[in-house]
Amino acid sequence: MNEMLEYGFMQRALLAALLVGTLCSTISFFVVLKRLSFLGAGISHTSLGGIALGLITGVDPVISGSVFAVGTAMSTGYISRIGKISEDTVIGIYYASGMALGIALISSFKGYYPELFALLFGNILSVSTHDLIFMALAMVIITAFVVIFFRELVMICFDEEMAEAGGLPVVVIYMGLLAAMGLTVMVSIQLAGVVLVAALIVIPGATAYRLSKNYRAMLFLSIVFGLVGSFGGLFISYYYPVPPGAAIVLVLALIFALAMAVRPLFENARQNKLE
Amino acid sequence: MKEVIKADQVQVELGGTEVLEGITFSVLSGELTGIIGPNGAGKTTLLRTVLGLVPIRKGQLEVFGVPVARLKEVRPRIGYMPQRQSFERRFPLSAADVVGGGLLTSETLLRRVSAKDEKIKTALHFVAMESYHNRPFQDLSGGEQQRILLARSLVRQPELLLLDEPNAGLDFPAQQSFTELIQSLKKEKSLTVLLVSHDLMSIASAADKLVCINRTMHIHGHPTDVLNSASLDEAYRCQFDLISTLDKGGSHS
Ligand SMILES: Nc1ncnc2c1ncn2[C@@H]1O[C@H](COP(=O)(O)OP(=O)(O)O)[C@@H](O)[C@H]1O
Ligand SMILES: [Mg+2]
Repeated sequence: MNEMLEYGFMQRALLAALLVGTLCSTISFFVVLKRLSFLGAGISHTSLGGIALGLITGVDPVISGSVFAVGTAMSTGYISRIGKISEDTVIGIYYASGMALGIALISSFKGYYPELFALLFGNILSVSTHDLIFMALAMVIITAFVVIFFRELVMICFDEEMAEAGGLPVVVIYMGLLAAMGLTVMVSIQLAGVVLVAALIVIPGATAYRLSKNYRAMLFLSIVFGLVGSFGGLFISYYYPVPPGAAIVLVLALIFALAMAVRPLFENARQNKLE
Repeated sequence: MKEVIKADQVQVELGGTEVLEGITFSVLSGELTGIIGPNGAGKTTLLRTVLGLVPIRKGQLEVFGVPVARLKEVRPRIGYMPQRQSFERRFPLSAADVVGGGLLTSETLLRRVSAKDEKIKTALHFVAMESYHNRPFQDLSGGEQQRILLARSLVRQPELLLLDEPNAGLDFPAQQSFTELIQSLKKEKSLTVLLVSHDLMSIASAADKLVCINRTMHIHGHPTDVLNSASLDEAYRCQFDLISTLDKGGSHS
């Protein structure tokens, strides 16, 4: 345990786990309430195209990946809002073409081949100080956005029609949420990888949703599960040759299964209290 | 009595389709006006137009004497209860949270909502649901949920209330008690109410006036005529007409 902390890469990975765990589970709260899970998977796969483009052209891959991620999220929201094409169709198209672009670019560039596996499934050795700075920046921006518009975000998730009738800038706030989601997915890819990152913005919220009847409790539980998942996964991938993305998702899935198992106990306790 | 809503030959287009046309009616202060018409007739669109959420293409519409273009000024005086499908029933909110949502407007962005708890309690009192304050919304029955949503539409103490099929999906006793609640609120608070409903019988007995639409205007029944059978008859016939028009074309959509 102590020796683990002596490695610079591990210190960075732990800090990344803290940032990614908190960010993903906060966004997960909204993803579950607004049913945006499929979009999460779409964003991550599309951003592979952006990352690869960065690696090839020399642009910082975090920047080019973010442009793809945020662009995918916001344009999907925009296109489906105009209403001509359904959301799943748009995501389906982005999903495949972004991934295809990424694979094609990386494969044709022999030198980058070893990085593909890390990109797809995450690598605890790969978190650089530069990535951490970017994660922290994303954390600050997204936290500010969520804190400032928290009531409105919850209202828009619950009943958009009513939010609109109250004169709230529904589209602007919703687009902000999508951008935050894109950014979160992108910065988490360093740790969890393209293929599995979407689970980080689905499972914590989904587990918390099952256990709570109030959004405050749900948000709190979501963050707790997110952190347990990201730290737990990191430890596993330190001691065993498992990529962190896979380890984190397995821990999260285990928590979900446990939560399902204990849920009836929760309900009984509540029932007894009421009687 | 003052005119709260005045519509004159209103025409509305959505996505290039004409959804409402030639809508002319007026609602006087303190009246309960029922809006009827088949599915897709444009009832929800009519309410959204009155709220200023949908622009009108032709004609004139005034709410509290203010033309729709400047409706922002009078929006705080309007309470709205959207149609049932617009929200998620299992959402993790308490009854008080749901009611408090009605206080969030463009004016409260980046600001504290003043006297929030008081306002929520008062609104819950209006619908006789004070004791449900902390109850999870998802645990309530359909009828109780509708009352909480009604409280939400009342939380800013509006003068005009727009209700979109509040009775849909409720069992008969719940429907009746909800309609009675609206009638008594209307009396106590001298509210003006625009009520969309599919339930012709209960709306005919509760309303002071009926407006029957299907894209265009069909009947605009006067308070005294509403309960007499001839006008009810006409309302029914209008419904049948509408249904047959709809069948013939399946057209305008
Ligand atoms: N945003 C929109 N774009 C295009 N058509 C719409 C839109 N919203 C509603 N409509 C159409 O307008 C008509 C009236 O809808 P609505 O007002 O919801 O009817 P009702 O509430 O009476 O069932 C329907 O044919 C519907 O398909
Ligand atoms: Mg409707």
